[in-house]
Amino acid sequence: MITLENINKRFGAYPALHGADLEIRDGEFIALLGPSGSGKTTLLRIIAGLEQQDGGRVLFDGKDVSATRVADRGVGFVFQHYALFRHMTVAQNVAFGLSVRRRRARLSKAEIGAKVQELLGLVRLEGLGDRLPAQLSGGQRQRVALARALAIEPQLLLLDEPFGALDARVRKDLRRALRDLHRRMGLTSIFVTHDQEEALEMADRIVVMNNGQIEQIGTPEEVYTRPATPFVAGFVGETNLLPAGLFGAGGGDLHLRPHELEIGERGAPLAVANVFRKGAVWRIEGHLAGIDRVIEIDSDAALPPPEVGATVLVAPKVTRVFA
Amino acid sequence: MSGALVVRGARRGLLARAGATSESGPTKVLLIGVALVFLALFLALPLAVVFMEAFKGGLAVWRAAVSSDDARAAIRLTLLVAAISVPLNMLFGLAASWAIAKFSFKGKSLLITLIDLPFSVSPVVSGLIFVLLFGMQGWLGPWLRDHDVKIIFAVPGIILATVFITFPFVARELIPLMEAQGRDDEEAAVSLGASGWQTFWHVTLPNVRWGLLYGVLLCNARAMGEFGAVSVVSGHIRGETNTMPLHVEILYNEYDFVGAFAVASLLAGLALVTLVAKTALEWRFNLHAGGRH
Repeated sequence: MITLENINKRFGAYPALHGADLEIRDGEFIALLGPSGSGKTTLLRIIAGLEQQDGGRVLFDGKDVSATRVADRGVGFVFQHYALFRHMTVAQNVAFGLSVRRRRARLSKAEIGAKVQELLGLVRLEGLGDRLPAQLSGGQRQRVALARALAIEPQLLLLDEPFGALDARVRKDLRRALRDLHRRMGLTSIFVTHDQEEALEMADRIVVMNNGQIEQIGTPEEVYTRPATPFVAGFVGETNLLPAGLFGAGGGDLHLRPHELEIGERGAPLAVANVFRKGAVWRIEGHLAGIDRVIEIDSDAALPPPEVGATVLVAPKVTRVFA
Repeated sequence: MSGALVVRGARRGLLARAGATSESGPTKVLLIGVALVFLALFLALPLAVVFMEAFKGGLAVWRAAVSSDDARAAIRLTLLVAAISVPLNMLFGLAASWAIAKFSFKGKSLLITLIDLPFSVSPVVSGLIFVLLFGMQGWLGPWLRDHDVKIIFAVPGIILATVFITFPFVARELIPLMEAQGRDDEEAAVSLGASGWQTFWHVTLPNVRWGLLYGVLLCNARAMGEFGAVSVVSGHIRGETNTMPLHVEILYNEYDFVGAFAVASLLAGLALVTLVAKTALEWRFNLHAGGRH
């Protein structure tokens, strides 16, 4: 179990993290989700020991590792830009963690070779052991980085924006591969992402971060359907921010997903500016009087959509108000 | 969008002849011509003159000039100075750039400025600094004399001045390279359990090897060719404290032009070898740098 207690970190005058508390159970797959500058990568690096927190404690299975060096924490770290050693072959990269061990703890050359082959098989890179990183595609490099991190048999796998530098197609394949790998190995894993879709799709639990603070911790379902703060509502999934008074529902703001608004006989008048098909629904974009944001509504694709330029009535199906 | 199309249409006549980003024919010829004339006049011609003058009296005369006792002593001393100062500055440069590029600490920008100091100070002044420090009238002069240590007008002074002058070459080459490479590779190595020394030896050093070699090459060229600072501290004692550049000057002042140009041709030859090696390295270097990501 990984426990973070009241983690604080400043970079000069800039507070990167304040008072982050988090508990991660063994075998969990956790996403640290937030916009850039939210402190998610800093938190990941503090867990790894690549960054030292200014205050608070990091506990691995109840043991304070705050003063433990990176090398001794037993974490596998996968960097956003892979950080492969470019003068070494793929096999040498994967073997690195095993071959720098103290002589007494080191496996024999043959054992290391076998282990490397096993790992390359695990990430489906059999036969590419002799290539240099420069000869691989982005997705393949990311797999090498993953195999290299797994080689030291870490008790915790940390991934910093693991799919950030890849194109959409490769990203999807690799996401699936990583999730399968996690299921098979049951290795406690934490990954950083700014992509809410990625977090919702892959994680057992999502930690939503903003401005150096944790806004909400919950399963993807909880975070999506019951956002704890306006920030979470706005960041996870698409949200329309509407004054409740518009629909005679009292004060405060309503945070409504596009599918939580409906076009019908009642509600506020919306000037339709754009209509297009978004998968299985019509996405209708338009303007409400007195609000300068674009309002997004999803409506049943089986029904004919309103015409651009028309004015329709819009009402919420549910109410969600933050104090 | 339509605006760009209009512009493109109006310039079609010109663009038909040359690509969108290249100059028109006459301009191109003129610019290349000027550059070539400049190169020939200021670089190729002097180089040719050096070799022509050196071999004016024939190969035998050239050989005699470069194998006289004084010339041999000057060559030996130059090689000795380079053999000591280049490895030293390779170590200093590596250490300084490793510290600057991979760690954050107070006084970092001051350190970078200090590394550049030998570039910004006139070599003659650099030489004078050592005279003021270690010379008879200098701060440490009396103490050195009492302990029978000779630095100024002796080989140690020449080595000190050369080390000072050539200090920035390796560091200047490595700092931008290491900074561009960032700390990811080192952090990856450390997270995989490598010690600091293993990280340096297996990751950092291989990552900068071509840049390091390039810096060492430039450092060596300057160490062998340095005139100003060495001239101030050497004392020009023939056969003892004359390096090749100083020897060339002495011969020239004595109207021994063939001898002067013969020794100069060795230095020019070194420069050519350095240039070829540098080009070859740059080619390797770019090949490597381009292979990232």
